[in-house]
Amino acid sequence: MAAPATGSDPHLLFTDIDEPGLATLEVYERRGGYESLRRALQMSPEEVLEQLKASGLRGRGGAGFAMGTKVSFLPKGAMDKYLVCNADESEPGTFKDRELMQKTPHTLIEGMVIAAYAAGANRSFIYIRGEYVHQADALDAALAEAREAGFLGEDILGSGHSLSLVVHRGAGAYICGEETGLLDSLEGKRGNPRLKPPFPANQGLYQGPTLINNVETLSTVPTIIRMGGEEYAKLGVETSTGTKLVSVSGHVQRPGNYEIELGIPAREIVYGLAGGPGEGRTVKCWFPGGSSSPVLKGEDLDLPYDFDSLGKAGSMLGSGAIIVADDTTSIVALAMKTAKFYRHESCGKCTPCREGTNWTVKMLERIDTGEATPMDLEIMASVQEHIIGNCLCVLGDAMAMPIGSMIAKFREEFEEHIESARLRRGLGGAAASDSALSAQGALHAGPETLLGPDGAGGQAPGEHGGEPGTHKGGA
Amino acid sequence: MSPLGWDAPADLEKEPAGIPDPETTDVPAALRAEIEAHTANYPDRRSAALPALAAAQRVHGWCSPEAIEQVACVMRVTPAYLESVASFYDMLETEPVPRHSVYVCTNISCSLRGADELYEAALAAAAGDADVHVRSFECLGACDIAPMASVDGVYVGPLTPADLPAMLEDIHAGRPVLPQLQLARRLVADPHANSQAFPEHPAQPAAPARGSANLELPTESPRTAIGEQGGDRPGPTAPVEDAPDHAEEDES
Repeated sequence: MAAPATGSDPHLLFTDIDEPGLATLEVYERRGGYESLRRALQMSPEEVLEQLKASGLRGRGGAGFAMGTKVSFLPKGAMDKYLVCNADESEPGTFKDRELMQKTPHTLIEGMVIAAYAAGANRSFIYIRGEYVHQADALDAALAEAREAGFLGEDILGSGHSLSLVVHRGAGAYICGEETGLLDSLEGKRGNPRLKPPFPANQGLYQGPTLINNVETLSTVPTIIRMGGEEYAKLGVETSTGTKLVSVSGHVQRPGNYEIELGIPAREIVYGLAGGPGEGRTVKCWFPGGSSSPVLKGEDLDLPYDFDSLGKAGSMLGSGAIIVADDTTSIVALAMKTAKFYRHESCGKCTPCREGTNWTVKMLERIDTGEATPMDLEIMASVQEHIIGNCLCVLGDAMAMPIGSMIAKFREEFEEHIESARLRRGLGGAAASDSALSAQGALHAGPETLLGPDGAGGQAPGEHGGEPGTHKGGA
Repeated sequence: MSPLGWDAPADLEKEPAGIPDPETTDVPAALRAEIEAHTANYPDRRSAALPALAAAQRVHGWCSPEAIEQVACVMRVTPAYLESVASFYDMLETEPVPRHSVYVCTNISCSLRGADELYEAALAAAAGDADVHVRSFECLGACDIAPMASVDGVYVGPLTPADLPAMLEDIHAGRPVLPQLQLARRLVADPHANSQAFPEHPAQPAAPARGSANLELPTESPRTAIGEQGGDRPGPTAPVEDAPDHAEEDES
C-alpha cells in the first residue's frame, strides 16, 4: 500500500471539474468519457465485478460497505433487477454529490451503466432530492444526450446489455436517503423504512433484487475500470482505498468540497485545505461524517481520515461531511439544533425514534429554561441508549450517537448550562432539595425507576452548589 | 397546519372517496399528459405519485383537493392514497401558500454562520408580502455558501440580512435572484481540482424550467415548480409532531 500522500492529493473525480461544458456529452467524450463503458462492455460482467472487488471501493453514502461485495449479493437469473442511485443527499453538512451531479452528470450515468452491467440490472433510477432542481435538470439533460448516443437503452453499443434510466425527484424528506425508505418513496408511498432482512439485494424495489449505491460511489466506477481495480486500491490506506470527496463546513475560512486521498490527517483537511477556524479561534468539536456521526474534539484532528481510524476513535467517516464548530459555540445549542433536525425528520414508524427524538428536544429545552437538573443528563443519555439498535432504520441512532457523544465529552458544559439557567430562574443550585425542585415543577419527566440514587449518579449534594458565581452564562 | 382529520374532525357521514370517474373529472390536458408521461416511466404506475403531485402543485399552487382529485383520476388511485403521500413530504403543500418561496436553511452548518438571525430578518423583511413565503428548512446541501436560501429553487448565498431587500426586489421583478450570489456559478473550493483558471459558470434564470419540460404547461398557470414551493411542517402525522409545544417549529 502506498503511503498516504500529503499536500498534493491525486484527483480522480474532481479533475478539471469546472471545465466549461463538462456537463455536455461533447466535452465529456472529448476528455475520454464513456471509454470506460466501452472497455467494460468488452469484458464479461464477472470480470467487471472482479475489478470492483479488487478496487476495495467502499460505499461513499455513509455506511462504507464494500461496493463489489454488495454487487455480488444480487442473485443470478433472468428476473428484472434494479439499480438505484441514492442522490437524496440530505445528511446535514453533506454537499459533495451536488457538485458532481451538477458539473459532471455523465460520470454518474457512465458509472451506473457499468455497475448495472456487472450486477445484471436492466432498469435503473436516480432518486434525487427535490430541492436539487438545478442538478436534476442537469441530469435530465445529460440523460437525453446519453440515450441519443446509444449509451443507454436497448443493446448498448451492441453488447446486448440493455438499461433504462429515470431521474426521480423526491419531495423533501431526509428519511428517503435511508435505502429502504428510498425504495418505498420510489414506489410512490410515504418514505417509511422497511424491516431488514430481506435486504434490497434480494427483495428491494418492486420486491425485485436491487443494488443501491451513492452518487459518489457510482461516479467512481468509470475511474476504477480505467485504472484497474488493483491500481485504484494503491491509493489511500489498506481498508480505505482511493480518494474521497469531503464537504467541509461550519466555522472554517474556506468551506467547500475537497477531494482527498483517504488516510491523510484530518487536521490537513480542516486547517490545510479549509483554512481552519477564524483568527484566534480554536476547534471545539467537529462532526467527521455528517451530523449523524459522534463528535470529536479539537485534539482528535490528528486522526487519519479514513473509515477504520475514525471508527476506532468512536466516530465514523459517514458521508465525508466535516462540520467544524469553534470555541465560541455553545454545545447545548449545537445539541438542540441536531436533535430538532432528527425530531423533524423522524418518519414516526418506530416508537424509540419518534418518542426519543421528541423527548431529547424537550429535555434540552428544559436545560435552557432552567427546569433541568444534572440528573436529566443521565436520563437523556439513557434515552439515547434506548434508541440505538431498536428501530427499523438508523435515523434514531443518528441522533443518539452525536447527542450521546456531546453529553459524554462536554458534560461539564452541560452541567454549567443547567446551573446557570437554574440560577437565572431563581431556583438555586442543583443541590437544592427534591421537594424544592418538585415545587417548581423541575423534576425530570423520565421513568420512575431512574429516580433512584443510582440514576442520579455524579451529582452528590453539594457538588454543584458551591460557587454559583463562576458559572458562565447560558447561550 | 395540521392535516384535516387530525385536529379537524372527519365527516363520518361521508362515503370514502373512490377512484375519481374520468367522465366527470375535469383534468387540464397538459397536466394529464405530464402525469401519463410520468406513470409510463415506471413498472408500477403508483411510483409516479411524487412527480405527478409535484406537477399538479405547479398548476394549482398547492396540493388542493381539486389537484389531488385530478392526479387520482389520471393515476387511477384513490385521493386518500395521494393525500397520505402528500402529507409526508415537506415540499408538497397541503395548505395554500404564496406564489414564491424562500427556504432559509437553518440547519447546523448554516446556523453556525448566522442562519438563525438571517431567518428572523427574512421573516421581518417579507412580513405582509402576499407573494413571498419565507420558511426555515432543514439542510439544503449547500453548506459551502452558508448561510444560504433557496429562492424558488435557486440557491443563493452566503447571505446577510443586507441582501434581503435586493432579493425581494428581484423576486417581485421576475429577474434572476441575486445573480452574483448564485451557487450555480461558483467554482469548486478545492484549489487542486482545476488545472487552470476556468471562468465562473453562468447564473441560472430566476425560475428554472423543469427537467421534463417537453410538456408545456399553460402559460397562465402559476409557474411554481416543486422546488419553489415547500413546507417545513412535520412530515409524519405522529402525535408527537403535532404537540402544541412544537408550534414554534411550524414557521408558517
